[in-house]
Amino acid sequence: MGVSGTRSYRRAIPVVWVAGIATLFLAFFYFLGGWSLSSEADLTLCNGDEPQTLDPAIITGQLEGRIALALFEGLTTRNAQGDIIPGMAESWTRSPDGLTYTFKIRADAKWSNGDPLTAQDFLNSWERALSPETASEYSYQLYYLVNGEAYGTGKLKDFSQVGVKAPDDRTLVVTLWHPTAYFLELTSFQTLCPVHLPTVKKYGKDWTKPGKMVSNGPYVLKEWRLNDYILLEANPYYWRPVPIHRIKVLPTNNPTACFNLFYSHKTDLIMDKGSIPAELVQSIKDKPYFHSEPFGGTAFMRFNVKRKPFDDVRVRKALAMALDKEDIVTKITRAGEKAADTLVPPGNAGYTSPQGLPYNVAEARQLLAEAGYPDGKGFPTVDLLYAKRGTSDNAAAEIQALWKRDLGITSIRLRGQEWKVYLNSMEEIDFDLCLSAWVGDYSDPQTFLDMFVTDGGNNDTGWSDPTYDQMLETSENTADPAKRMQIMHDMEKILVEDEVPIVPIDFLVGVSLYEPGKLGGFEPNFVDDHRWGEFYIPKGNP
Amino acid sequence: MSAIIFRRLLQAIPVLFIVVTLTFLLVRSAPGNPFSTEKKIPPEIMEELEKQYDLHGTIWHQYGQYMAKVARGNLGISTQYRNRTVNEIIAQTLPVSMTLGSLAFCMAMAIGITVGGWAAVRHNQAGDRMLMILALLGISVPSFVLAPIMVLIFAIWLQVLPVAGWGSPDQIILPAICLSIPFAAAIARLTRGSLLEVLKLDFVRTARAKGLSEDAVLFRHALKVAILPIIGFSGPAAAGILTGSIVIETLFDIPGIGPFFVNSAENADPFMTSGVVLVFSSFLILFNLVADILYYVVDRRVKLE
Repeated sequence: MGVSGTRSYRRAIPVVWVAGIATLFLAFFYFLGGWSLSSEADLTLCNGDEPQTLDPAIITGQLEGRIALALFEGLTTRNAQGDIIPGMAESWTRSPDGLTYTFKIRADAKWSNGDPLTAQDFLNSWERALSPETASEYSYQLYYLVNGEAYGTGKLKDFSQVGVKAPDDRTLVVTLWHPTAYFLELTSFQTLCPVHLPTVKKYGKDWTKPGKMVSNGPYVLKEWRLNDYILLEANPYYWRPVPIHRIKVLPTNNPTACFNLFYSHKTDLIMDKGSIPAELVQSIKDKPYFHSEPFGGTAFMRFNVKRKPFDDVRVRKALAMALDKEDIVTKITRAGEKAADTLVPPGNAGYTSPQGLPYNVAEARQLLAEAGYPDGKGFPTVDLLYAKRGTSDNAAAEIQALWKRDLGITSIRLRGQEWKVYLNSMEEIDFDLCLSAWVGDYSDPQTFLDMFVTDGGNNDTGWSDPTYDQMLETSENTADPAKRMQIMHDMEKILVEDEVPIVPIDFLVGVSLYEPGKLGGFEPNFVDDHRWGEFYIPKGNP
Repeated sequence: MSAIIFRRLLQAIPVLFIVVTLTFLLVRSAPGNPFSTEKKIPPEIMEELEKQYDLHGTIWHQYGQYMAKVARGNLGISTQYRNRTVNEIIAQTLPVSMTLGSLAFCMAMAIGITVGGWAAVRHNQAGDRMLMILALLGISVPSFVLAPIMVLIFAIWLQVLPVAGWGSPDQIILPAICLSIPFAAAIARLTRGSLLEVLKLDFVRTARAKGLSEDAVLFRHALKVAILPIIGFSGPAAAGILTGSIVIETLFDIPGIGPFFVNSAENADPFMTSGVVLVFSSFLILFNLVADILYYVVDRRVKLE
């Protein structure tokens, strides 16, 4: 039927109506607060995700830690290179046995509301962090203190028996169980930062909101819109001037969106490898804005030594020696990671790792044959557990292919799980093989080696060796650094050469994007801990 | 009619009750602990956390505690964002999604009905064929493909719109377009199909025979009947589009509620998951009701049950 409808549809009713309704809707939600204009800042950075909390005692994640360490400051802090420098304490002394530290708090130390900050604030904040009611998952950072663990687990009710005293407003005396060589690093960590208790008491769980939070670090919390942005402003009461006045923190978690923002100059800094599209890394690797630096973290594989066939050390060694790590770092991770034969990453002052097991296919095949699986024949079906994030899908598939190529093992099944489910499986040692990673809490080999103590909370392999446990205890009680490092060297040898409950894969790198001419103070550092108070905008830039 | 609406709203209560019950129990019985992290938590701390969140004891005890809170309008504290209540998170993010969603919904309706009608009156002509191919593309190209392409063209190459973010009027354009396209395409095909059917009916012929203008036939008679399937479609569509899209909101870095639908379940956060499911089901029930009422308004033969 010839409908001459060209004319008739001219009165496009829906368009006019709908435009009107849309305008009304928009106006309505604008007033509801669904839409707000965001504030300008001197530096904008992508921080990887929305922080789960900004309460320094409760924080466990790295991205939350970064913001918290811009807002709060412990007795010590770090400079751009990552070295420990005085923070709220202007100086300290250490007793000859290494067990007692006496900190002198700055005379001009103040909270962001102008209140003086005293040694008592530290004492009260540590009591809060340790108290079971606070349910801080990182309270074990204070277990180094005398009676810290007993108080933290509720066995001891009287905090005055814990190894911290405040004889006067400017003196804090800390007593430790062992001569903990890295204690001054712990005091720069967010868990040991002071919080303003009157504010916490007044607002309860809302104390971390803008307008309520009182802090003592280089910045104060100005605005915080969920999943939108956080705005920090220089704290006028901080003891030294901060070069950058306002920092805007974007919680963008999608790598494509992050990179687009950076590419269109809407953000000045991306701080994580996870915030850069993995498929782009190869093509932007040589750009002046791409920065890759090694830091204290290692990716490795856990064996479940309680299950066949990994109860046999020859099988574990064979798999370790036939893992072509160069292949993984060049094909999969690709951001400048180095193949690892040891668990402890290089860069710990005074420490040298043992050699580790080299890549040696012939010897690996020999060992596998001795264990009863010549050319991989008869090798039972085993699951390779990994968390479905980043490049781990590809890494797991590559490892599966490499063992097939070099050892003839065809019975490895991939088992990728969501993050929390993966953690659960790992904790219950419900796996045969498990892709894992560890980032040190402080720059000392101990943070890697104490994981594998018998029944340690993060052992998760079922492996146990009384000699190893004994060595750990001896090292903790050794005040002489050289002797201590030697013991730890021998411990690592057991781990990566003799017993092999784990296979190191690669040393992690910190990847960041920024134009060198536009941001200074972001120096490579071993702990990947870049304090925002150290950032500055180089001269010649607006 | 108001009695019927009231009754329908009352019926919603048991439905929501069942939905929340199932969600909470499923999240709690699935593997994964909301508090687990890479580092092992001392058992005493874990116990305290579970106590503070009423997540200790049997699953039925936990469920009872939770429902008692929900009955009082308190959706609990997120286990992932420990300083925020679920109510607070929804209150901050839902308006954002609804702002974006309502714009996208209006655009989808306007474009869809216009294009569909335009194509129907040009049945089987080149213009119709082309538009329907475009519509098929619009339906089948997933938004995680469409959105990056749009960003590449308009934000990176042409640099006329921002790549991502929220807060200024120009930041709403690209996400709204990307969000509306699949719906607009579906509505266009639906309108065209429905209108073609209706234009064949006797009453249209009668209207033409009466000597009515083609405009009057289309708008006053045909479209009024042809719109019925679109109303049916747009009820659930509106619920979906107004509660945010994880893909669009993640890709454009928009602080809406969309990502919580997936993230909260991934993080085994029972309160947040149940909260967003509650929001979505309420929207679904509400907009289905609105669609039914519209049916009734447009076509009096329809009975509201």
